[in-house]
Parts: sequence; C-alpha cells; structure tokens
Amino acid sequence: MSDATPLGAGDERIKQRSRLREALIRPELGGIVGTILVFSLFLVFAHDSGMFSPQGVMNWSQVSAQFMIIAVGACLLMIAGEFDLSVGSMIGFAGMMIAIFSVTLGWPMWLAIVVTFALALGIGALNGFIVVRTGLPSFIVTLAALFILRGFTIFLPQTIERKTIIGGLREAAEGDWLAPLFGGKIFAGFFQWLGDIGLIETFSRGNRAGQPVVDGIPMLIVWALALVVFGHVVLTKTRFGNWIFASGGDAQAARYTGVPVNRVKILMFMFTAFVATVFATCQVMEFGSAGADRGLLKEFEAIIAVVIGGALLTGGYGSVIGAALGALIFGVVQQGLFFAGVESSLFRVFLGVILLFAVVLNTYVRRMITGER
Amino acid sequence: MADTKPIVEMKNIEKHFGSVIALAGVSLDIHPGECHCLLGDNGAGKSTFIKALSGVHAPTAGEIFYEGRPMRFANPRDAIDAGIATVYQDLAMIPLMSVARNFFMGNEPTRKVGPFRFFDHEHANRVTMEEMAKMGISLRSPDQAVGTLSGGERQTVAIARAVYFGAKVLILDEPTSALGVRQTSNVLATIDKVRKQGVAVVFITHNVRHALAVGDRFTVLNRGKTLGTARRGEITSEELQDMMAGGQELAELEGSLGGTV
Ligand SMILES: Nc1ncnc2c1ncn2[C@@H]1O[C@H](COP(=O)(O)OP(=O)(O)O)[C@@H](O)[C@H]1O
Ligand SMILES: [Mg+2]
Repeated sequence: MSDATPLGAGDERIKQRSRLREALIRPELGGIVGTILVFSLFLVFAHDSGMFSPQGVMNWSQVSAQFMIIAVGACLLMIAGEFDLSVGSMIGFAGMMIAIFSVTLGWPMWLAIVVTFALALGIGALNGFIVVRTGLPSFIVTLAALFILRGFTIFLPQTIERKTIIGGLREAAEGDWLAPLFGGKIFAGFFQWLGDIGLIETFSRGNRAGQPVVDGIPMLIVWALALVVFGHVVLTKTRFGNWIFASGGDAQAARYTGVPVNRVKILMFMFTAFVATVFATCQVMEFGSAGADRGLLKEFEAIIAVVIGGALLTGGYGSVIGAALGALIFGVVQQGLFFAGVESSLFRVFLGVILLFAVVLNTYVRRMITGER
Repeated sequence: MADTKPIVEMKNIEKHFGSVIALAGVSLDIHPGECHCLLGDNGAGKSTFIKALSGVHAPTAGEIFYEGRPMRFANPRDAIDAGIATVYQDLAMIPLMSVARNFFMGNEPTRKVGPFRFFDHEHANRVTMEEMAKMGISLRSPDQAVGTLSGGERQTVAIARAVYFGAKVLILDEPTSALGVRQTSNVLATIDKVRKQGVAVVFITHNVRHALAVGDRFTVLNRGKTLGTARRGEITSEELQDMMAGGQELAELEGSLGGTV
C-alpha cells in the first residue's frame, strides 16, 4: 500500500504563497512600517520644530539609544522564552552601587564599575537559576527581584548618606581610564571641524563659545549600536542563536536534541542584567549622580519596544533589528511630541495604542507561520 | 536479513513501576535494514519497552546487547550518541523555526571566520534541501517554518534528521497514530527508504495495516508479555489483530457482535 504511493509531488500543504504574504512574514515588519510612518509624520508636521536640527537629532538619538540598549537584552531573553521585570530596578540599583562604591567608599571609579557589573551579572544569574530550577514563570520571579532591588536602591543611600540621590560622580570619574567608555564622546575632532566650516552651528557666547552645538557622539549611542549588532549577529548567525530560538520555541524539544536550555536561559538573564548596567553606568556618568528612582518603568518600555519589533510574548520568535526599530520609534515619538509642543502625557496614550496594534499584528504573523496556532 | 547479526538484542526485559508490572519479560532482536514492528493495544507496554532501549528507563531485570556487547544507557543522550535515535509523536520539532534550523538543532554546523565561529547557514540549508528531497519532500525553501509542514512531513523531517546524524537504530513510537491516510503513507514510505539504507527500524503501532505495509517482522505485546515474533508472510492480518486483543477476548467479542470485528 505504501510503497506505491508517489511522493516527491510534495504535500498538499505546500501552497504557493503570494510574494506579499511572503514579505509580511518577518518579525521586523511592524518595526519597519512603524519607523517609516513615524518619520513621515514628524517630517510633515514638525519639520520646522528643531527636531531635525543637529541638536534635535542628537536629542532623540540619545533617547532612542537608551531604549535600544535595554531592548536588545529584553529581546534575546524574550526569544529564549522568558521575561525580566527587574530591568528598571536593576538600572537604579547598578547606578546607586557605582555611586556608593566610588563616592561614599572612595574606590577608584574603574573598580566601582567593574564590581557593579560583577554584582549585576550575579543577580541576573540568580534570577535565571531560580527560574530554571523552580520552573516558576519568570514573570513572578523577576517581579520579586523588581521589588527587592528597588527596596535596596532606596534603603542603602538613605542609611549611609541620609539622602536618596548621591552626586559627585563626575568628579570621582576625573582621570579614570574606564569611565570614558560609558560617559565619553567620540569623533569630537570631526564635529569641531564641522562647526569650524559652518556645517553645524557653534555657540556664539558663554564659556563654550566657538564650540559646536553637537560636540561628538556619546558613548551611549556607540553602546546601543554595538549591542544591536552583537545581539543580531549572535541571534541569527551563531549556533548559540539557534539555541536561543529553540529554548524559547519549545524547551522540551530543544532539550531532547541536546540543547543546553537551562544554560541558555541563565545566560540570557545575565545578559539582560548586563545591558541594564550599561544603561545605568552611561546614565550616572551623564548626570553625575545616582538617584533611587532611576529606571522606573524601563522594563515595560523595553518589553514594548521588543513587541513592536515583532517578537512573540510566548518566545521562540523575534528580531533584534526589529527591537532596535521599536526603540527608535519610541525615542522619536517621545521627543518628537516634545518638540511639536504636544502634551507629553499623550506619549503614554500612544504607547498603549501602538502596543495593542503590535500584539495583534504579531498574533496574525504567528498564525501565518504555524498554520493554525 | 537472516544472515546479518542483530544490532540490538533485548532479553527478558522486565520493568516494574511500583506494584505495576509494565513488562514481564519481553525479548526481541533487531537487525540492520529491517523494520521490526512492535504491535499492541494501548497500555500493552510498547513505549515502556522501547524506553528501556532509548535510555529513558533502566529495566528492572533483563539484558540489552548492542552490537554484540552488553549495554546500559544512563540517559537518552548516551543512547543517541551510541546511534539509537527515537522519534516521538509530539516533541520533535519547533513549529516557529525553519526546517533547516530544526534539522540542525543541537548539531549546528559552524564555520570559522577569524577567531569567531558562525552558524554555517549555507551548509545547513543545502544539506536540509538534499536530505528532504531524498525523503521525497520538496521544500519551498529551507527557511520555511516547520509550522507550515503537515504532521506527516514533520515526522519525516524528524526521521531524516535522526538518520543524517548517524542513527543506526531508529525507534518510531506511534508515528502514524495522529495522521491522515495520505500523510500516513508518506511516513510509511519514509520508513521504507530508511530501512533500505541499512538502518534498523523499530516501528511501534497499534494499526495492523500500517505494520503489514512496511514490516519485516512483527512482535505483539499484550499486557507486558509477548507471544513471540513472526516473519512477514508467516502471519495474517487477522492473526495479528487476534494476538493484540489477547485471543480469547476477541473471540468472545466476535461471538457477541456476530462476527463483525
Ligand atoms: N512512568 C510510569 N509510571 C507508572 N506506570 C507506568 C509508567 N509508564 C507506563 N506505566 C504503565 O505501564 C503500562 C504500559 O504503558 P505503555 O508502555 O505506555 O503502553 P503502550 O505504549 O503500549 O500504550 C501501563 O499500564 C502504564 O500505566
Ligand atoms: Mg505508547
């Protein structure tokens, strides 16, 4: 009965699909469409608001870069099938630890930064370890971490310094070799030259007279781009990337073929903690201070950027490039509304609406990929 | 087949789960290039039996010889590394991932560029297309998500994957039980191709027709016991059906139903 069955003719399920449908089935779709839409809208309605002047561009680029840094971590973790709700608290905590180590304890800045990174990676690993060991949803485990870390971030400076903001970080970072990696700027000479030849404006008065209004690319932006490239390459071009997809797609099937699922998940929790600490370090270097309320709600903003970028909340599917575009949309809209003079609270309305759109679109894409599910 | 040595010999395998005796001394041998069908009703102990071979359960008593040597697998990974692969009904493929990514999951080929190792997508895509074509499945592209494949095609991908990565013994636990007619015949054709490549196939089913379509030998399990093994041509479909239901019971049933079973 079977031997006579002609195969090769393919199965009835392989239908020809239209090129459009084919093009639609990619995680970055929402991010690409959204980016084009957002830029078109602001170019039309806010082109004369200063949003597209060198300073304006630098402004929303920096805000987008902040979102991007944490979105890369949240993206890889979500594809691996987990969430981290403690990202915002980790940002506050890491910034505060750097301040306490360097300002209060007087350690050299590089040591404060290195120890803080080690501490954060340890906490990330602990989050991951608890999740894979107990089998509890990471949602709950990291919700606990959200409160614990935030609690310490308020408690420690209050106990030690009797205040919730610790300043003096810029002075403490003076002459340090590691601090400029987070707080410095690159291409300063190039921007000075652009100013000198009049391509970008220069300050005409004050102690910065003659300096260009944009005097370099902040390391924050360099970190964002580097992390996006790193995340994208790891996810799509390495064996480990395949393990990330597999761990989030179906952990049991992945384990059966020998993928070290637990190791992958724990490493992704550590990576999320790492990017949160990068964010925090750049931030305290820029502000010169650490505050107990820093990073509030950042975990949700990261998750929203990732979802706009096409990742499925259920794991196993998504794109770092998509998440980066999601972060770009965020930054452009948040700052664009400010430039356009729109009430800033409307940004939250926008967020909610776009999140809903993205989730519905992603569900649709998922149905197209898996047939029915 | 008679002149080859068995690749697997299982002798008097017993397995007790607490007070439940799932297997009460079952023996079976498997030769390279044969399809050995393991038949039996639900709960007969078929899965338990092959799990002793695939390293999931340690048998309570009995011996397993693999390539002539006594063997004890501590876990499924050991069995896979030794060349014994199992394709389970459900947990084989990840629907959201491409066929090529699934095919090489856990065995990703890498290519060195400077100090870095990258997933060799070119190699993975080419091999996937080739291996699937050998099994008679023409993919649109290696990027096609497994979710777009039918159940039968997914089984075939899983089988092709196991064989490509060096399975000498392929265990298929009810690969056809959830499939339609057309998809079932695809899987049966795949089994036939794999067997002709010299792989020893253990095909578990409770469908006599599926077994007779590809089987070389047939072993029937009934309540953890076996009545022995029959060759193709030595046994009819009715006899197999009878043995599965445990002889008498079916006779009784036949009486009460007026011979319609
Ligand atoms: N892990 C287990 N613990 C306890 N009993 C089990 C376990 N696995 C199987 N059994 C019992 O062993 C018997 C045989 O089951 P199984 O091998 O799954 O049958 P089959 O695959 O032939 O349908 C059944 O009675 C089942 O309840
Ligand atoms: Mg079974």
